[in-house]
Amino acid sequence: MPTYFINKERVDFAASVPGDTPLLWILRDNLNLTGTKFGCGMALCGACTVYLDGAPTRSCVTPLSSLKQGVEITTIEGLKSKEGAAVQAAWARLDVPQCGYCQSGQVMAATALLAKKKRPTDADIDAAMAGIICRCATYVRIRAAIKEASKALG
Amino acid sequence: MNPFRIDPEHFKTTGTVSRRVFLQSTTAMGAGLTLGLWLDDAAAQMSGPGRAEGANVAGTFAPNAFLRIARDNTVTVLCKHLEMGQGVFTGLPTLVAEELDAAWPQMRAAGAPANAALYNNLAFGPMQGTGGSTAMANSYEQYRQAGAAARAMLVAAAAEQWKVPAASIAVKAGVVSHASGKKASFGELAEAAGKQPVPTTVTLKDPKDFVFIGKHVQRTDSVAKTNGTATFTQDVKLPDMLTAVVAHAPRFGQGLKSFDGAAVTSVPGVRFVVEIPTGVAVVATTFWAAKKGRDALKLEWDDTGYKGSSADIIADYRKLVATPGKSARNDGDAGKAIAGAAKKLEATFEFPFLAHAAMEPLNCVVKLTPEGCDIWNGEQFQTVDQMTIAKYTGLKPEQVRLNQVFAGGSFGRRASTTSDYLIEAVSIAVALNKAGKPGIPVKMVWTREDDMRAGYYRPIYVHAITAGLDANGNIDGWLHRIAGQSILTGSAFESVMVKDGIDLTSVEGASTLPYAIPHLAVDLHTTRIGVPVLWWRSVGSTHTAFSTETFIDELASAAGKDPVAFRRAMLAKHPRHLAALELAVDKAGWSKPLGAGKAGDKRGRGVAVHESFGTVVAQVAEVTVDKNGKYTVDRVVCAVDCGTAINPDVIRAQMEGGIGFGLSAAMMGRITLKDGVVEESNFHNYPVLRINEMPAIDVHIVPSTAKPSGVGEPAVPVIGPALANALAMATGKRIRTLPIALV
Repeated sequence: MPTYFINKERVDFAASVPGDTPLLWILRDNLNLTGTKFGCGMALCGACTVYLDGAPTRSCVTPLSSLKQGVEITTIEGLKSKEGAAVQAAWARLDVPQCGYCQSGQVMAATALLAKKKRPTDADIDAAMAGIICRCATYVRIRAAIKEASKALG
Repeated sequence: MNPFRIDPEHFKTTGTVSRRVFLQSTTAMGAGLTLGLWLDDAAAQMSGPGRAEGANVAGTFAPNAFLRIARDNTVTVLCKHLEMGQGVFTGLPTLVAEELDAAWPQMRAAGAPANAALYNNLAFGPMQGTGGSTAMANSYEQYRQAGAAARAMLVAAAAEQWKVPAASIAVKAGVVSHASGKKASFGELAEAAGKQPVPTTVTLKDPKDFVFIGKHVQRTDSVAKTNGTATFTQDVKLPDMLTAVVAHAPRFGQGLKSFDGAAVTSVPGVRFVVEIPTGVAVVATTFWAAKKGRDALKLEWDDTGYKGSSADIIADYRKLVATPGKSARNDGDAGKAIAGAAKKLEATFEFPFLAHAAMEPLNCVVKLTPEGCDIWNGEQFQTVDQMTIAKYTGLKPEQVRLNQVFAGGSFGRRASTTSDYLIEAVSIAVALNKAGKPGIPVKMVWTREDDMRAGYYRPIYVHAITAGLDANGNIDGWLHRIAGQSILTGSAFESVMVKDGIDLTSVEGASTLPYAIPHLAVDLHTTRIGVPVLWWRSVGSTHTAFSTETFIDELASAAGKDPVAFRRAMLAKHPRHLAALELAVDKAGWSKPLGAGKAGDKRGRGVAVHESFGTVVAQVAEVTVDKNGKYTVDRVVCAVDCGTAINPDVIRAQMEGGIGFGLSAAMMGRITLKDGVVEESNFHNYPVLRINEMPAIDVHIVPSTAKPSGVGEPAVPVIGPALANALAMATGKRIRTLPIALV
């Protein structure tokens, strides 16, 4: 029985779950982790961003069968790192979200950026965040909030 | 400005439609209170996701339809408007908190149920709905009155308990107190306040005493939208709920000839395959099973449906605008003035179909039983949807219960004049009922491709403008012809918003051109083609602001005048336009030359000013064009006059976001039809703005004590012409076709 860890909890999937099911829909429909959003289904918008062993990954194009045995999956619900807390605090303080639908993906991508690079440049922010579409165009505040979180992290 | 009114007769068919909701509608604020009282049937709808705690619990103080004070000291504001990003879940609580003298952290927001008698949009008439950037404008006094009434009842309760005169009691930051040292929280007084008589009149605060309005408060929804807990339609889960994915026809209006679902039933998780009026729905235990089932359907479509192409539509419209249309405005004699002009300029503009492409693809949750229809949805047009679903199902409107959740964007799409996607979801439930499965909750989910190809686009428009300058370089004559589909014809809005054959949404911004031009005519050719169209954030201004503000710039250039000075001279009678323009150009440093770029780069700066929905926005855009013709938008300076600024930071956010949304349309937005089939399908071929393309933005708010107007839309139409004018300065080339193609 394939075993994964989702937000630190062990999850075993019955073999009856079709292997072509994207991780996104496993999270949303099977595990009721609805913070990860469906936006495009083609890895074009980034609303579905989760971490596989810490690496930001588009869950909408990640079939169950591609997951390595024992992989650590982190969703917005399991985001517990200090970078994650700093990002979420900055997001709330600057009132980044508008409709909010893409923001789980934005927060996941921004947190991964800060975990990798403490003082990201504007070019770093562009590179890390350009894959996550915000149709409300909250980009000015996303950029500002990443910088604020970076400062808060010291 | 659009009156945005609907005709209730539109929904009247069999005589079973109740008129109750219309007859009970409240009128705009006159003397005294116009607060609807809380009704039990409305309370019954307070269920499901998105509801705040303490909404209908014993001991909760429910002074009117707009707020609840629970014993836990939370104040929950029932928001009659959909929160789709624009900030009403912050703005409406701000109004209540102001008059209640609450503390901001105790404020909560929840979606109000569908009940036009209690929650109608006062700008729309007898209709509950969100649109036209009206939320704060129509609620400004109503929600303050609601807060003031509740405050008076809390004070009366304290006076009774403490045996002191009400006039000697103070309320500040959520604490009711008396000089004797007695004090109580709202929660402590809630039950007693509920027993006090509802005041018949209240006095609202003098604006100089405002503690929240015009100041900074945090949004009420930011935290939930940052940790994944905010509930959108996509997240609604009900016991035994199934998910439906629908196969739609490739062309608009095309019918189903036959389908073979044999292969589908073998897909694990698929429960039902049902034919519905708009196609075939596959209903399964999960989205993925439903989608796989949908993809396995063998479908044969008939030969009907719309078969036109965008290129042909535009070619036809170009011919139309060469001829006179129906008059939307006619001052003086434009033809004669242009014929006698010292200099004559003409230009034709093309605007493509645009999809709303909100991040949350359309969806809707339905539970249909013989007793009623429950809907969970980011509800933007409650009354239209309620009436349309009632008509479709044969239920009474009050049996259609709309549970409000957050919308992952809308930009107009969820304000469907035909309730198209809701009816599709309901039609699946109807089909399941017929199949002997009544009451199964169904979540209909559109894929991105379904969403993008479903129509309800901003229509294609072509404009032709001819203008004449006199010997002094002033515009003497202006003839503006517009061709395109009417958004409102055939809808419940037609009888009130289409006047003498002129759909106001086709010409707004053009027929209301503020410039002092002695001879000015605006004509409209309304076309009828089989493509469903709809309002798209800022509606008519999406195209009229572009043609008018780029052509004004071109005329300024032809007259050898500075674009700001040229506009200023024609705006003497429009002080709000002038003030916004002056603020924007002042903050942008217009009087100083624009800084040069790197060697080989060209820079440009452009200005535009436009009023929509009662709000005036002026923007200055600065661009850099490299030697390959690739351009970047470096900075946008934006000035906005929206009357009293209720939440300045929300206003700034709407200006920033509106500019980004407008840039998507100007730089890259285009839906094209080829032989009736939509060519675009997802964000790879319908790109939208990304963070690396977003300019720096400075927003400045024109100080004002006038009544508030809206901010959700008015930033959108201004950036396109400001950008095009900046590019024209940099390259010398005028842009007349959107999206912009420099190379």
